Amino acid sequence: MTGKDLPTLNIADLQSLLRDREVSPGEVLEALRARIQAVDGEIDAYLSLDFEAAAKEAEKANVDLPLGGVPIAIKDIINVAGQPCSCASKILRGYRAPYDATVIRKLRAAGAIPFGKTNMDEFAMGSSTENSAIKLTRNPWDLSRVPGGSSGGSAAAVAANEAFGALGTETGGSIRQPAALSGVVGLKPTYGRVSRFGVVAFASSLDQVGPLTKTVRDSALIMNAIAGHDRQETTSLNEPVPDYTAQLGKDLRGFRLGLAKEYMIEGTDPQVKTAINAAVKHMNSLGAEIVDVSLPHTDYATAVYYILATAEASANLARFDGVRYGYRAENPKDLLDFYGRTRGEGFGLEVKRRIILGTYVLSSGYYDAYYLRAQKVRELVRQDFAKAFEKVDALISPTSPVPAFKFGERTADPLQMYLADIFTSPANLAGICGISVPCGFVEVDGHRLPIGLQLLGKALDEARILQIAHGYEQSTDWHKARPSITAEKETAKKKE
Amino acid sequence: MAKTSDLDVAYVAKLARLNLSDGETELFQKQLGDVLKYAEKLREVDVSNVDAAAHALPIFNVFREDAPRDWFTAQQALSNAPRQANGLFIVTKVLE
Repeated sequence: MTGKDLPTLNIADLQSLLRDREVSPGEVLEALRARIQAVDGEIDAYLSLDFEAAAKEAEKANVDLPLGGVPIAIKDIINVAGQPCSCASKILRGYRAPYDATVIRKLRAAGAIPFGKTNMDEFAMGSSTENSAIKLTRNPWDLSRVPGGSSGGSAAAVAANEAFGALGTETGGSIRQPAALSGVVGLKPTYGRVSRFGVVAFASSLDQVGPLTKTVRDSALIMNAIAGHDRQETTSLNEPVPDYTAQLGKDLRGFRLGLAKEYMIEGTDPQVKTAINAAVKHMNSLGAEIVDVSLPHTDYATAVYYILATAEASANLARFDGVRYGYRAENPKDLLDFYGRTRGEGFGLEVKRRIILGTYVLSSGYYDAYYLRAQKVRELVRQDFAKAFEKVDALISPTSPVPAFKFGERTADPLQMYLADIFTSPANLAGICGISVPCGFVEVDGHRLPIGLQLLGKALDEARILQIAHGYEQSTDWHKARPSITAEKETAKKKE
Repeated sequence: MAKTSDLDVAYVAKLARLNLSDGETELFQKQLGDVLKYAEKLREVDVSNVDAAAHALPIFNVFREDAPRDWFTAQQALSNAPRQANGLFIVTKVLE
């Protein structure tokens, strides 16, 4: 294994080399830095890099720790002490995190090295990373297309071998959807399973942190490090953390997988449908029983989601007022002008749009009609899942109805963009866990675009969906495919 | 459910302490009108016997001891301040 090939490794294989002292953490970091330098001009996955601090940590890294010496990329919404945390917003330009989020503290305790922050939709609001106020991230499979979002930088970095693994966050699908569109594995843990302390809040009753990785095993390895109770966060679940790798490799015979008819909708790309049907058959051949189930309130989930998420966001984003950190408008004439211009000049279009919608649905006279009604329908969505999980161990569906779309294709109509979350946001409303694994490709314009298979599990059942996803992954070759990036081809050409 | 035409973006922007340009106000009026129209489908659902879900999972009051512990120093808390002096955040005049 030469330095050039190191970044192609998954975390588990990298760990074997580190533990056998075949490579040092410093060499791994250097190889990753070279890889990022070679291809990130094409992809633009990263907003900031701090290899100086990372190199110091690599020097003293203990490779026998669970993630000892493994560099992990971090979505720019998670505070890493001393590094920027811009949320891809102008309003947080220049901000440096004064502390580590709990997930970062836990990653460090497991020996991992945070070295860079990845691009995202501003404040995680979007499904394409086009809402970043800083730059566009391109999909490594087709540079004219989006990587998905909002954790698009994390997904693209892992897909392009610019990261061994990454942390993302999601509120309505922002880990699973970019994982699907970029051809990597993305896990959304149960609400409360992973601490949100130190993660900039979007919609507090929906937000979760989770891993984006090359394999299901890597996802389990990162979960082992980041899951668990945090006394600094009141919605953190005080439940024991299992070893998420323990069930991997056990066979799938006897598992019951539910297929919800409401998830087989018009508007799903025919090639996506074909791939999902093939995956279902494949699961069946591995011994899983396929059961038809119904989630009758699915069609209402997107509306519920956009009312609740924007309402919570309008409250959470009130903290960006120009007083304690971030952007501040120049020469305000009074306090109202100070707030109004700071926020008007600091926030981007999508963030403003959602603050307006959220403020409206919470305002006097409309609260009952929108917010309260949405909370009630949310309860019905939750009950749909509870009933389904009485019959099945996991639910199976596409992660996204469509593969990666072109830049600008959906930005003109926010509602179309919002519908990109149609298969993912119900799980956030219900607080359950879900994972997306690669399950095939769509052929478009001479490019292969990845398709994601979603598995949803009941609350705190991460170990089981990881086991099922791993069983599927290991009996297929989809996860082994990697995009060939133009810069790579050009470098190869020059060598000839 | 209220009619979507009730949405007055300019008024809501004032409530949100968020200055919008005329173009943004006009754009949001149209786009959010569409989103609220889409949200009207929630009126079809019978929610008469449903309790509102505040949390996805049951979480009850979480208490901690009311004891001091180490946290930011004033200097750390001020490290990102747009303006500061004498260990304080400086803001625009509130009272004349």
